[in-house]
Amino acid sequence: MSTSLVLVQLFNGLQFGVLLFLVAAGLTLVFGVMDFINLAHGVQYMLGAYLAVAFYHLTGSFFAAAALALPASLLFGLVLEVVVLRHLYARDHLSQVLATFGLILSLNQGVKIVWGAAPLNMGMPELLSGSVPLMEGLRYPVYRFAILGVGLVVAGGLYLFVNHTRVGMLVRAGASNAAMISALGVDIKRLFAIVFGFGAMLAGLAGVMVAPILSVEPGMGDQVLILAFVVIVIGGIGSIRGACVAALLVGVIDTLGRSFITDALRLVLPPSPARVIGPAVASMGIYLLMAAVLALRPSGLFPAKGRA
Amino acid sequence: MLAPARIASRAAAQWQALLFEERVAAGLFLAMVLLPVGAQVLGGYLLFVGERAVILAIAALSLELLIGVGGLISFGHAAFLGIGAYAAGILASHGYGTLILALPAAVLGCALFALLTGSIAVRTRGVYFIMITLAFGQMAFFVATSLAPYGGDDGLTWPTRTLIFGTHVLKSETVFYYVALACLGGVYVLMGRLVASRFGRALRGLTDNQRRMEAIGFAPYPYRLAAYVMAGAACGLAGFLLGNQVEFVSPAYMHWQRSGELILMVLLGGSGTRYGPIVGAMTYLLLEETLARLTEHWKVILGPLLVVLVLFGRGGIAGIIERWRLGELSLARLWVASAATARIQGGRLLRGLRWTKAMAARALGRAIPRLKASAADFSTRWRRCNMTVGEAVVSLVLVVDRSISGAIARWRRR
Repeated sequence: MSTSLVLVQLFNGLQFGVLLFLVAAGLTLVFGVMDFINLAHGVQYMLGAYLAVAFYHLTGSFFAAAALALPASLLFGLVLEVVVLRHLYARDHLSQVLATFGLILSLNQGVKIVWGAAPLNMGMPELLSGSVPLMEGLRYPVYRFAILGVGLVVAGGLYLFVNHTRVGMLVRAGASNAAMISALGVDIKRLFAIVFGFGAMLAGLAGVMVAPILSVEPGMGDQVLILAFVVIVIGGIGSIRGACVAALLVGVIDTLGRSFITDALRLVLPPSPARVIGPAVASMGIYLLMAAVLALRPSGLFPAKGRA
Repeated sequence: MLAPARIASRAAAQWQALLFEERVAAGLFLAMVLLPVGAQVLGGYLLFVGERAVILAIAALSLELLIGVGGLISFGHAAFLGIGAYAAGILASHGYGTLILALPAAVLGCALFALLTGSIAVRTRGVYFIMITLAFGQMAFFVATSLAPYGGDDGLTWPTRTLIFGTHVLKSETVFYYVALACLGGVYVLMGRLVASRFGRALRGLTDNQRRMEAIGFAPYPYRLAAYVMAGAACGLAGFLLGNQVEFVSPAYMHWQRSGELILMVLLGGSGTRYGPIVGAMTYLLLEETLARLTEHWKVILGPLLVVLVLFGRGGIAGIIERWRLGELSLARLWVASAATARIQGGRLLRGLRWTKAMAARALGRAIPRLKASAADFSTRWRRCNMTVGEAVVSLVLVVDRSISGAIARWRRR
């Protein structure tokens, strides 16, 4: 395996990690602040992608589609919060899991009814469709760099938002003791709605960004949802910093594992078992990582302060 | 001599001695025993659905041990269904599909997987446990999809159903149904014993108040791990039967939505009761069958149904039955409650109507005299003019004409 291949896969892994971070950030915020398990978070990601495709076909421009899809997914998140999820905050986790599971079933099916079960595609924006040379004989698509860039900018912005604004302060306070800040006179309902809508929009952003490079299909959110759960468990539930580190870690390990473990096993095993065991081990990789982290630190790498 | 009468009276006495839960369970089992007879009349498809219901009821019962007794919400329980089916299926594909090998392989394989994953998962509680079991379930799912020699994504078709001592006894659907039912009965009785035992009580105690249990010398970890392993093994039995039923196994058995469905069955039937999971599994299958017949998009109906169930139906079906039995939900009470609601809502409605009427009367009360007055005024003027209708029309036209021409003249002058 050459250095350039490793480098490409490293970039792919980082880009995947950034996407995971966008989804996981909303999930961990919602969980951290409201103690709410939202299985339907993956649906927000899927809807972001579908809305991007729909607006793309309507307007013909990627940027217009992105600009329309983001407020639309924010709006959808808020509607979902007000209509259903708001009534579940006080319930136990079992009820939350079940109700949001029901939402997944119906929304996945709803997407199938509206857009059909076949995967959709959308075009890449002209501006970002080229590729840049990294090294001699190695080019990397601009669009993937753009994803990486947007993700890092959002991560930085989120850091500033959570640590240096008033709402961010309330979010942090809510994550450590929601009842207390409610008693101090903060409108907790509005705060929850803001956090939820914001998380939904971040997941929608991830969906918008993958729409040109992945096929947009019903159920595409489920896969990401479970990975995002792995991410927030590794990072420590409620911690944005943990989510960021863990997302990049998971993205890189998963991508590198899928590309190189089969070859690596071939060094120690005969080729045919290596071909069978390789993919299995590669797909187990991140779960093994999670198991290892939990065995050593049961509440994740960066447990949010103030949580037991 | 009077043997039948004595047997009948003894049976009646025993029935009296049964707890309510046990009566419901006994009724359920009786209905299930009679199901093949009904299937003779209504068609073999009913038997197929019945088999599935019985098998999934075993899985739901095993999950109930975790959720209802152990307080451990496992979101990866479907993995055991798949592992049980794969263990038996892989053996069968190599020609070892006999009961003596396949059943222990399925059950012990699941127990081993439960021991390995449980030793990490059970250290955590609450949300972490949910997510970790979800992740381990996905792990099993992905391993199954990458099992290329055994079908990978497409799944593995068994050469035949498991042989019992070299015979194809299980080929008959009726025999298979009764074998599955016997397994369900066995698991039900075992679970009952287990929950009532010292072990079960300690496990429940750890759920209710862990700190107190620890203070009197019960460590949570071994109890929970043992429960996890036992639940996994029991679900492995269900997986073994499920694979046998369709002579096929695929990674879809382990899909995380399947785990969600298992939780749903437990909660739909009512967690915390012994018969709840069985009722839940059956109701779920009935719902699925009916809704799937109505529309191909049946999940659009099932999803909101679930949300409503969570929001309003506490305790599931068993909870409703229980409230009914305790008189909280008797017909008389329902009548009283609905009468009260009707009275309140009806009162509101009446008040609303009265208000609307009053407002309308007030408005009309002002308007009608004025209308009357102006009508009277008009008629007196009309009479004073002493005109016919024709003259009136002509004069009206003249008035209009004069005003229009006046307007035009004014406009010209400007």
